[in-house]
Amino acid sequence: MGYIIDEKMTTSPPMLKLDHISPQHVELIISGTWSLYQPSPELDPLIQPLTAAPPAQLSVNCDALARWDTTVLAVVVALSRLCQQHNIQFETAGLPAGLKALLVMAEQGGRAATAEPKHPTPSFLHRSGLDFIDLARSTGEMMAFLGEGMLALLRLLQGRAQFSRADLWLIIQDSGADALPIVSLVSFLVGMILAYIGDQQLAQFGARIYVADLVALAMVIQMGALITAIVMAGRTGAAFAAQLGTMQVNEEIDALRTLGIAPMEYLVLPRMLALILMTPLLAIYANVLGMLGGAMVGTLVGGLNLNAYLGATQAVLAWNHIAQGLISATVYGAIIAASGCLRGLQCGRNAQAVGQATTSAVVTAIVFIVLAAAVLTILFDAVGLS
Amino acid sequence: MTQNLSSTTEPLVRIRGLVFCREQRVIFDGIDIDIAQGKITAIMGPSGTGKTTLLKLIGGQLLPDAGSIEVAGDNVHQLKQRPLYRLRQRMGVLFQSGALLTDLSVFENVAFPLREHHRRLPESIVRRLVLMKLEAVGLRGAVALMPNALSGGMARRVALARAMVLDPMLMLYDEPFTGQDPISMGVLMRLIHQLNDASAMTSILVSHDVNETLQIADYLYLIADGQVMAHGTPQQIAATASPWVDQFIHGKPDGPVQYHYPAPARENDFYH
Repeated sequence: MGYIIDEKMTTSPPMLKLDHISPQHVELIISGTWSLYQPSPELDPLIQPLTAAPPAQLSVNCDALARWDTTVLAVVVALSRLCQQHNIQFETAGLPAGLKALLVMAEQGGRAATAEPKHPTPSFLHRSGLDFIDLARSTGEMMAFLGEGMLALLRLLQGRAQFSRADLWLIIQDSGADALPIVSLVSFLVGMILAYIGDQQLAQFGARIYVADLVALAMVIQMGALITAIVMAGRTGAAFAAQLGTMQVNEEIDALRTLGIAPMEYLVLPRMLALILMTPLLAIYANVLGMLGGAMVGTLVGGLNLNAYLGATQAVLAWNHIAQGLISATVYGAIIAASGCLRGLQCGRNAQAVGQATTSAVVTAIVFIVLAAAVLTILFDAVGLS
Repeated sequence: MTQNLSSTTEPLVRIRGLVFCREQRVIFDGIDIDIAQGKITAIMGPSGTGKTTLLKLIGGQLLPDAGSIEVAGDNVHQLKQRPLYRLRQRMGVLFQSGALLTDLSVFENVAFPLREHHRRLPESIVRRLVLMKLEAVGLRGAVALMPNALSGGMARRVALARAMVLDPMLMLYDEPFTGQDPISMGVLMRLIHQLNDASAMTSILVSHDVNETLQIADYLYLIADGQVMAHGTPQQIAATASPWVDQFIHGKPDGPVQYHYPAPARENDFYH
């Protein structure tokens, strides 16, 4: 008897058998080797014969029980319960000493039973409602956070903020210069795609030269800023959330607060400032590369003269277009930094939460970039910039 | 040295009728605590009773639902941001994990509060202050290491040096003994005691390590289920007849505190 150490030691199969000694007394014979490594018999076939005519007493005979583990306990516990329900006296004397002790532990009372919470699957309407409430709440949080950021910026201008200039330069390098390759690639390709689609349509009207106008206006007014913003959201916004989230997990942010340093000024402000400065610069760069991509397709596929293409580009662009793009990029930069930092600071205290914060930062940033793009378009129209 | 009379009678931290709820759960249900000046006061209780939460409330990192916390006469939760951050500079906190800034060396971690709050301090003074504090915790030799090269006990001592570098009037220790080997436990106990006595600091020690805490605390508060279950000097606590205190201090499995977490009826889980 005892616990099984090696599954190969199993010899006789586990068996359960009822022995009707008298109408009043039934004996359950548990025999063989009981182990998790081999199937053990179910109690179910015994329930019917036992409860059809319940005896006064049920005893257990373990004489032929070889080795056992808690699989046999599961049967004994269920049996004990069954006896309780049918007023059968359950005699445990026949159980091995170890099993008796385990039975006592298994039956030991806990605190008063509480109902288990139910988690019904929410309906589609329910979930959309929750998502909408979620969106409304994040809008409020983002607004409050951006506002706090602006107040911190004001304190910085007054020279009263706890601000590390070294950190600012590092973040500027990380989010600005280091982002050039990916921004180049994406904007060059987008410029090419725009030109290619435009070329196919405009060729039908013999207006191929307007490909230059199309690419220039699309890139400068909206696409350049938008592409940069989405790349930055995935690259830098996620990094901010992960950095601050990890600091939150390590209690570093608590430590900063208790050292009398406001995370808003020390951590958020340099990040916000870096992106407010860098996103417009990257957007200008993206515009140029996009137009170059367009020029490549326009000349190679559309057969346009490069000088004609560049001349048309130059002719169509006006300052108001560039202003729209730059203002948009600045706003997007603030949104990316705010969503990254906000989700990082809201991060829970475990590793999984850092992952969630990162995802959430990117999703929040992209949702608000698209919303801001819509609002800005209306605003530009209203003030006559477009 | 002359002892200021009022300082021995007026508590440095005064908590009155503190209520704090987290989602649906009541963490504190109207507790009163006085922290005497210049003493080590321990706040003890089983895990999950909100001891760390209490430290965060004292530091103004969380807002209570009712009641007040006064530190040195100021109601922490009515202070504006600037005065609150100034008050926090006078409080040192030792976190369970140490919470060192991972991208700064040991030296820079300890120097960090000095550099942030006293920007005009000459580098030579910063250096001397940092090395002095590190010497006090026995880690002057580790000055160039990065936090990831430190053992848990060393990280906690560096964090202690950082928490003291601004010479706080109030030190808050969050579970300083958890997960320490017996030697670093002894070192920390001696440090906390010496620092408190040498610099006329007031210390609040949150812990559930009964033996260590009973040895160094001047006064104890036992909290459970949102209530102060008992308070007094270690002698008074040891002599308390309350079954709860007896169970907690002696680590008995049976008593008012149940071993089983509330569960659904056993029938649902074991029998079918």
